[in-house]
Amino acid sequence: MTPLISFRDAGVAFGSKQVLEGLNLDIAEGEFVCVVGASGCGKTTMLRLIAGLHPPSEGVVSYAGQAIARPRPEIAIVFQDYGKALLPWRTVSGNIELALEAAGTPRAERGAIIANLIALMGLEGDGGKFPSELSGGMQQRVQIARSLAQRPQVLLMDEPFGALDAMTRQGLQDELQRLMMQQRMTVFFVTHDLEEAIYLGDRVIGLRRNPGRIGKVFDVRIGRPRDQVATPEDPEFLRIRRELYDFIRDTEREPAS
Amino acid sequence: MNWRGAILPVSVIAAAQFAATTYGIQSDALASPVEILASLLQALADGSMIRATLETLGAALGGLLVGGSAGILAGIVLGLSGVLNRLMTVSIELVRPVPSVAIIPLFMLVFGLGFRLEIAVVAFGVVWTVLVLTRAAVAGIEPRLLEVARVLGMSRAQAIWKIVLPSALPRIFVALRLAATVSLIVAVTVEVAVNPLGLGYGMQIAQQALRPEWMFAYLVWLIIVGWSFNYLLVRIEGIVLRRMNFTGPRR
Ligand SMILES: Nc1ncnc2c1ncn2[C@@H]1O[C@H](COP(=O)(O)OP(=O)(O)O)[C@@H](O)[C@H]1O
Ligand SMILES: [Mg+2]
Repeated sequence: MTPLISFRDAGVAFGSKQVLEGLNLDIAEGEFVCVVGASGCGKTTMLRLIAGLHPPSEGVVSYAGQAIARPRPEIAIVFQDYGKALLPWRTVSGNIELALEAAGTPRAERGAIIANLIALMGLEGDGGKFPSELSGGMQQRVQIARSLAQRPQVLLMDEPFGALDAMTRQGLQDELQRLMMQQRMTVFFVTHDLEEAIYLGDRVIGLRRNPGRIGKVFDVRIGRPRDQVATPEDPEFLRIRRELYDFIRDTEREPAS
Repeated sequence: MNWRGAILPVSVIAAAQFAATTYGIQSDALASPVEILASLLQALADGSMIRATLETLGAALGGLLVGGSAGILAGIVLGLSGVLNRLMTVSIELVRPVPSVAIIPLFMLVFGLGFRLEIAVVAFGVVWTVLVLTRAAVAGIEPRLLEVARVLGMSRAQAIWKIVLPSALPRIFVALRLAATVSLIVAVTVEVAVNPLGLGYGMQIAQQALRPEWMFAYLVWLIIVGWSFNYLLVRIEGIVLRRMNFTGPRR
């Protein structure tokens, strides 16, 4: 089976600085891939390659066998900085509708789709509110709802819960897991939280830095749905966690530049 | 408005009237406040003041419309395109400081006298300010929002209409309010200098006829018109921005 997303010897340089190098990775349809690594190692840049927001300097990144040259409607992004990614002058509904307007969804059909997404993301009663009236967690729900309105095959998430408090983060992790089990989307999830990566991922990719490259890949063979209490006590979870910590500590001993 | 702000003008007017009635005025350059008010009321009653006002406001608004929309359009294009902007910046900086009065002779050759001349000069007088401020507003847009537009697959027109324009709107309004004040100034300047219409021309005629009370009546009326014009714009700005949820400090 051909992979949905594949990196072939892909690399990125900003001027003379090699940020990513020699990336080779296949992501299957329906897979949940998490990427971890020290800050500045190129996680966001890797995500932007798939998004079509940045071209590789060498090699190829492809979607369904086609090189990705620009953003594609099948690929949606959730940015970490929800405060900047939402339109402050539009309500929750209006922000979700933006994706439908871009996709050319007929006006008559939009209301029902928006209502569905609002219910799906637990935003009932907030449709008429503006982002500034919502907590960070709720704003991030809006951004997720908007990306889902795109009906994507692939969801790219760049540290989506990094700015949220622990309780909110766990709640959203579980909702994301439920969503993925229902909708069979492919997810590329960047995080600096190792437990989060293992908890959510089918596979965890550990990056090395300078230049950023794939260091170690961990398969997470833990059944779903996973549980915030039981899963972190699973022997498999503990084993991967130990190896991942060792790996990250090892990468951090490498020179920073 | 603070009532204390009225103390100075009211005292000056009262003093002027006191001086005029006590010592009498025999001058081609001065008139007593009562005479001025009487002339103003007469001019308002016989319709001449209203007609002149409509002419001046028409030309000012016409020029504001032409120059403002050209400035907004060019500002958006240059704000979004680094290449075009680098190509145009020097030319804009060269033309921008040209006083609008200095362009009157050239535009007279093209348009002759009349509304078209005045609208053209006003447009020239406002377009650069609007362009430069709009360009800065567009260049300062949150880059994340432009990425959102790309990721959602918006067309260029959609991105401009739904994201760029609303983001820049608070600062575009500041530019337009500035331009509105300038448009009235330039319109009256053209009328005083050459154009036979509007309030500026009326003032010019009064001065030539050695009728200071008429001249002052025009001046007082111009203050009222200018103030109302600005007040109206501020109100419109407030309503539009509030409806778009741009309350409080700009973001
Ligand atoms: N547009 C850019 N221009 C120059 N350097 C960049 C740019 N974007 C990212 N970088 C550099 O690339 C490296 C990786 O950045 P990033 O992908 O954001 O890392 P991460 O998300 O893992 O923290 C950093 O050293 C960063 O300074
Ligand atoms: Mg990052």
